Amino acid sequence: MAIINITAPATREQLANINIGDTVLLSGTIYTARDAAHKRLMSMIASGDPLPINIKNACIYYTGPCPEKPGDIIGSCGPTTSSRMDSYAPTLMDLGQTIMVGKGLRSKDVIDAMVRNGAVYLAATGGAGALLASCVKAKRTVAFPELLSEAIYELEIANMPLICAIDSRGTSLYEEGIKTYKK
Amino acid sequence: MRVINATQITDTIRQMCIDACCDMPENVYIALKKAKDSERSPFGKEILTQLISNIEISREKQMPACQDTGMAVIFADVGQDVHIEGDLFGAIEEGVRRGYKDGYLRASTTDPLSRKNPGDNTPPIVHYNIVPGDKLTLHMAPKGFGSENMSALKMLTPSSGLEGVKAFIIDTVKNAGANPCPPIVLGIGIGGTMEKAALIAKRQLLREIGEVNPDPELAALENELLEKINNLGIGPGGLGGDTTALAVFIDTYPTHIAGLPVAVNMQCHAARHKSAII
Repeated sequence: MAIINITAPATREQLANINIGDTVLLSGTIYTARDAAHKRLMSMIASGDPLPINIKNACIYYTGPCPEKPGDIIGSCGPTTSSRMDSYAPTLMDLGQTIMVGKGLRSKDVIDAMVRNGAVYLAATGGAGALLASCVKAKRTVAFPELLSEAIYELEIANMPLICAIDSRGTSLYEEGIKTYKK
Repeated sequence: MRVINATQITDTIRQMCIDACCDMPENVYIALKKAKDSERSPFGKEILTQLISNIEISREKQMPACQDTGMAVIFADVGQDVHIEGDLFGAIEEGVRRGYKDGYLRASTTDPLSRKNPGDNTPPIVHYNIVPGDKLTLHMAPKGFGSENMSALKMLTPSSGLEGVKAFIIDTVKNAGANPCPPIVLGIGIGGTMEKAALIAKRQLLREIGEVNPDPELAALENELLEKINNLGIGPGGLGGDTTALAVFIDTYPTHIAGLPVAVNMQCHAARHKSAII
């Protein structure tokens, strides 16, 4: 259970040594995207249009932030349930995405795509939106502003506290953790 | 007849929306602190520590504790000797519109099929009850959907009995795993009809953690289920641990001789609600 500093975007090689249970302090440039934005990205891919984000080695954070108060960078921005992105995530990983940040279980297809592409799934604490907002240093709207909180934002983050829930070998802390504490 | 002006209702609801999202209940804060002391899992301890600190930041900055500021669910208990001047639903809806805008809360309410989001978190869900008296009691409970999506309802039959009810509740929590943001709070409705069971379950979520059910049999059932759920090992964030649920709240209603409906309404630790009496 190491503490590892990672800067996004990150290559599969840079993520290879992360194991489940490791604390990852994530910094760098990441994108937000949830249900509606993923759906739009998929139709752009299907029609061969260029994506509004650089997907190579990218980190996508599944979140839909609250509007920021005047003077603030971002509103509350905790993770949303990742499994709703399961049908989209393998396509994005096959195009180069290497980090997913969210909360909750993932499908076998997602885990297979992670192993295939050397990607990691990092869990943010569900409900800790105010705390996670304090890790965001800058925010810029990249695509789909009409989707409001579901738009794609580019965030500059510093030391976001995450736990590796599924590593690039496909091992899952959700399974291992429950086995340890089940009575 | 006591007269209440709709404007007063709008102002009250507006403030309740902001307070519910930015000032998490003290009973939740205390329950998380207690859980942190007894949690064996290091990940569980870390997540509980983050959630406690998150509540402190949220209160200090008047910022929503969770970005999912929910659909606006309101219980309006209307005294039968109250006359409301103006449109009651309209007044509540306007309060929600203003509260979500003025409080910088997220607009999450959307058309179910077109997915078009009007951007003001309306319309709210309002459950009315006509009660004796000349007061209007409002409960505002923003409902996030990470947990709502993991809720379940089953029309059991009488042969399933209490054991069947328990098994369904435990299975629902087990299948939900990490998704509803454990530690969770469970609202459970047993009996009535399909919609009655669901409504009881939702209303149970207005209870305070630590408050003992006045019915000793239900109190015992709540304790038994809480222990069994915490023995599942799901833990905070679903990463393994002792704290899967903070509370189980149950109420019942008579049902049909052919039926045994059970509704399980999942709530994440952000068991937010505010009440006001006008």
